[in-house]
Amino acid sequence: MELGIRDVRKEFNQYPALHGVSLDIRPGELIALLGPSGSGKTTLLRLIAGLDFPTSGQILFGDEDASNKTVQERNVGFVFQHYALFRHMNVADNIGFGLKVRPGASRPAKAEIRRRASELLDLVQLSGLEKRYPAQLSGGQRQRVALARALAIEPKILLLDEPFGALDAQVRRELRRWLREIHDTTGHTTVFVTHDQEEALELADRVVVMSQGRIEQVGTADEVYDQPNSPFVYGFIGESSSLPVRVANGELWLADRAIGLGAQDVPDGDAILYFRPQEIELLDGCGGCIAGTVAASRRVAGSRRVELKIGGQREQVEIELPVGHPAAQQSRVAFRPRRYKVFPAKAT
Amino acid sequence: MTRIRFREPSIIPGFRLTFGFTILYLFLIVIVPIVGLYMKTFELDWPSFWRILTGSRFQAALKLSFGASLLAALFNVVIGLLIAWVIVRYRFFARRLVDAIIDLPFALPTAVAGIALTALYVPQGWIGRLFSPYGITIAYTPLGIWIALVFIGLPFVVRTVQPVLEDFNAEVEEAAATLGASRLTTIVRVILPALLPAILTGFSLAFARAVGEYGSVIFIAGNIPRQTEILPLLIVFRLEERDYAAASAIAAIMLTVSFLILLLVNLIQSWSNRRFGNV
Repeated sequence: MELGIRDVRKEFNQYPALHGVSLDIRPGELIALLGPSGSGKTTLLRLIAGLDFPTSGQILFGDEDASNKTVQERNVGFVFQHYALFRHMNVADNIGFGLKVRPGASRPAKAEIRRRASELLDLVQLSGLEKRYPAQLSGGQRQRVALARALAIEPKILLLDEPFGALDAQVRRELRRWLREIHDTTGHTTVFVTHDQEEALELADRVVVMSQGRIEQVGTADEVYDQPNSPFVYGFIGESSSLPVRVANGELWLADRAIGLGAQDVPDGDAILYFRPQEIELLDGCGGCIAGTVAASRRVAGSRRVELKIGGQREQVEIELPVGHPAAQQSRVAFRPRRYKVFPAKAT
Repeated sequence: MTRIRFREPSIIPGFRLTFGFTILYLFLIVIVPIVGLYMKTFELDWPSFWRILTGSRFQAALKLSFGASLLAALFNVVIGLLIAWVIVRYRFFARRLVDAIIDLPFALPTAVAGIALTALYVPQGWIGRLFSPYGITIAYTPLGIWIALVFIGLPFVVRTVQPVLEDFNAEVEEAAATLGASRLTTIVRVILPALLPAILTGFSLAFARAVGEYGSVIFIAGNIPRQTEILPLLIVFRLEERDYAAASAIAAIMLTVSFLILLLVNLIQSWSNRRFGNV
């Protein structure tokens, strides 16, 4: 099922939560809505589900305008962060609920519902737990049941709201891989919300980066990581360091020295330089480089993170060095980013 | 073999003191009077006990007391649920006021409530007048007793269901909706089962209160022998006759029946708690 979002606006008591968002989702795609809290990602997901209605704009399911359809009519699978299982029903009844509440003619026979429930339990790898109650399951198991329940109604699209947010890191990684497998098996168009960039980048075909009710960038993991199109995306996805610079004559200047980097067509004036701490090269002499005094250095997993104070300014940047690299012991370090991006200062 | 331990180890100090006090207190305030009641009953020989038990006046009162209390408690379950729903789910003008009014039957001296209800429901009263043309009399009939019991039992169901409904996770309702359940289906199959333990608690509280109610009922009941006499009233009569053993016999029977009913409700409740746990 293709999903179209056309210029959707949503206001809560006059306070805008989404400003005219448009997005096209291809059939069978796995899409992540990624952003900090308050970015409008959950609002967008709820609008797609029909749990809320847009102030203006359209939501298209295929060629059909679903904007005014009720949540019951939309036939979407929705998975909540805190599972939202029916705790007075056992696992099989939870999964069969969507089929059991169908009106007369379209309701499958009891045996069929039972068969379908155990089939889905197999899919989510919880075979044999039909008779358990939600209280008797672990968090990860509950979320699997919630997914099976959502899949039981053969939804047109599958929507997941921070599905792994309440689980610990280990279970999270496991379920992430498993969700990808389920998606590849069932082929549902899937949209999930997360604030965890690692989750979004690893899992999704395309990532939609959102901030303050707007879509900042839509792209594959490679695109949003390697070619961020705004300071927000650069700062939000992956590690980044930034440094205020000045553009003049198509070159970047720090105080009164050129640092040997091109201006990337940014007009003359104040600008901000973004780079990844690990994408730098160390230099010996400094004829066109960024030089700073070491303020602190920390061991981070497989590398060493060094904080540098730049020039006489109070600016600090972080760079990453291999463990045991002699530069970390020095008091002054000179480097130049191998890859970087310049944005005009006012854009931030 | 696992050793059965009297208490689980706990890092919170003061177990001996608090547990000792609890037992002593319960013993003095609850157990001793109840045991005394049964002891007093044993002053009767079996034939006289049997005569009280099978007496037509006693039997009529027994049926009326427990029947009217049961019906009143059931009615309060329905209305109490509705009121709790309205207070929790909707925001309206004077919601706080409505919330406070619920407690009035708690606060009002029961005799005052009885007199007020009687004045309203006698055939000449404001409300009784509306029904008397159709040949329906409310005051001095079992119907009047039922109304008094409904009145005093109202807060129990509302106050037990309200906090549970407030805590009810809206996501669960939304989940039901995304699965295609209509509003009504969601309420019947998702919300009500979750409220069941609270409903049962409210029911047993309202029921227990109704069985023991005296003040508000005797005014509106009219106290016609074998028709509108409640058990507590019979006890008062026996006391006035200084027949303390007979009075305590009636009381002991009441206590036993009440205890069995409440035990049953508790068993249902613990069964449902075991099943559903607390997610």
